[in-house]
Amino acid sequence: MPKERRKERIDRGIKVRTRGVYALASPKELGYLLIPRLALILGMLLAPIMMPDLYWQRVVCMTCLFALLSISFDFLAHFTGLVCLGGALFIGLGGYIAGSLNFYFGLSPFLSIPIATLTGGLISTILLIPCVRLRGIYFAIVTLMYPLLLARIIPALNILGGTDGLAGIVTYPNIWMGSYLVIAVTLVALFALRRLVTQDYGLVLHSIKDNHQAVEASGINITPLKAQAVFIASLSGTFAGAYLVHMYGWVGTSLFALDFSILPIAATVVGGSGSLIGPLLGSIILTPMSESLRDFGPLRIVFYSLVLLVFILFKPEGLMNYLERKYHQFERWKDV
Amino acid sequence: MSGQEILLRVEGLHKSFGGVRAVNKVSLNLFKGEVLGIIGPNGSGKTTLVNIITGFVKPDSGRVFFKSKEITRLKPYRIADLGITRTFQNARPYYSLPAFKNLITPLYSPRVKRASGGKLGDRDAIAIDLLEEIGFERDAYVPYKVASALPQGYLKRLELARCIALRPEVIIGDELFSGLSMSEIATMVPILERLQMDGITIIMIEHRLRELFRIANRIMVMNFGSKIAEGVPQEVMQNQVVREAYFGRERKAVA
Repeated sequence: MPKERRKERIDRGIKVRTRGVYALASPKELGYLLIPRLALILGMLLAPIMMPDLYWQRVVCMTCLFALLSISFDFLAHFTGLVCLGGALFIGLGGYIAGSLNFYFGLSPFLSIPIATLTGGLISTILLIPCVRLRGIYFAIVTLMYPLLLARIIPALNILGGTDGLAGIVTYPNIWMGSYLVIAVTLVALFALRRLVTQDYGLVLHSIKDNHQAVEASGINITPLKAQAVFIASLSGTFAGAYLVHMYGWVGTSLFALDFSILPIAATVVGGSGSLIGPLLGSIILTPMSESLRDFGPLRIVFYSLVLLVFILFKPEGLMNYLERKYHQFERWKDV
Repeated sequence: MSGQEILLRVEGLHKSFGGVRAVNKVSLNLFKGEVLGIIGPNGSGKTTLVNIITGFVKPDSGRVFFKSKEITRLKPYRIADLGITRTFQNARPYYSLPAFKNLITPLYSPRVKRASGGKLGDRDAIAIDLLEEIGFERDAYVPYKVASALPQGYLKRLELARCIALRPEVIIGDELFSGLSMSEIATMVPILERLQMDGITIIMIEHRLRELFRIANRIMVMNFGSKIAEGVPQEVMQNQVVREAYFGRERKAVA
């Protein structure tokens, strides 16, 4: 009779915590926590240098833009309970504001991007405030409707360039400045949001997701909190839009494209929700993959869908959650 | 109990869902510092009454006063801010958070901020102390466990802890004892008694009558949305109408 074995999983000791503080005993344990984070930061910083040509350096930028959208999607969906398909709305608003500021007033990208990020965030929040009461699919549908609406209004009224869009927007002096700007913002947004969700403020947002009635029974008005969360999340989207416009030097209604709303969900599914790193990882996988599949022509979307299908079937929890578990646990075979 | 300060006054509350009269002309007075038990068969409108008082359901007619100020139709968070807090019938904690992080939300509320004068200190530490008081063994790391991994008895206490953390004046417990074992209830009773000694007024909706009668000063009985009896526990259970509501009418011998 063959000897039976089973896998035994043991948590690493470092997960034992006291009062929310990691008890770090040695440089080895410090490294255990720091190495994955440093690897991510270094990898992101080295990415533009390692790319063979301008085309692929642009792909790095696009990856970061989708990562920003995915991170804010995950923040709203997993940490506030609002399923927001407003990626296209954020990109469109940020893009049109930055583009117009540059086209009509001649503001440089270093002024137009921050202004567009903030005002775009404010406008998206004002647009979405009436709907933050809605939950689940209803909120999602409203956020999906706004970009469709705006993409029709602009050509219909023939404002802001109408169907042709605005061309001749100032671009970045060189690709390095462009790519490192977006990489830096992505990393800052990632780690800032990761910090935020563990703060008391973030925990209250998380509580709204788990049980909004109990939060109300604790004497907290949840509507302003949800609006604030939407504002925080929209900032990274509107920045991405403003950045995109200055990358291509062109503003058009394609900024309201559905891709910006849908791809973040795909990235979050592939990468795994709930860590904010997962969506970033998903974007890093999906965006370059989508580019490298261009050789297949019309079959590109078929292969793309197949890869998505494989991920959903075999790693429904998401890649990041899987890797994180493996990293935090020893595994060994044990005789039964 | 007359002559005491009336904390909460309910006047002629009425609420229908479609054709069902869930709460039918219910009036009641809650005196400061007492424990009021509300009992009644399933579907008699107890939870709807609580939902109306706490603002989660809007009444068709009738008014609610707290400290002689009208609170009818206020938003739930405003009513909680005034100091009326409640547990929910099905304990639904913030499942994905550790037990002690469940208390961050009430500790973050404007009410606690006002009460502590902005000098609250570390919310985590306060939460863990509070949980330990209510029977979450710190030595066994129970307060650190994720809420979804806790057994029912702890969840009900966690609900109660969430209310206590808000430093309320009135706690409304919606079936705190249901689903608990005798020994779990035995640990709950002293907690409630201590709350009463601290001057907190308590309304308890219960089906576990024996345990309720140990701590309740007054009992109100509901059936089909109406109040059918009110008084001290022993008196109420002798009441013929109450007995009929619970056990049915005694059948006459059939010839």
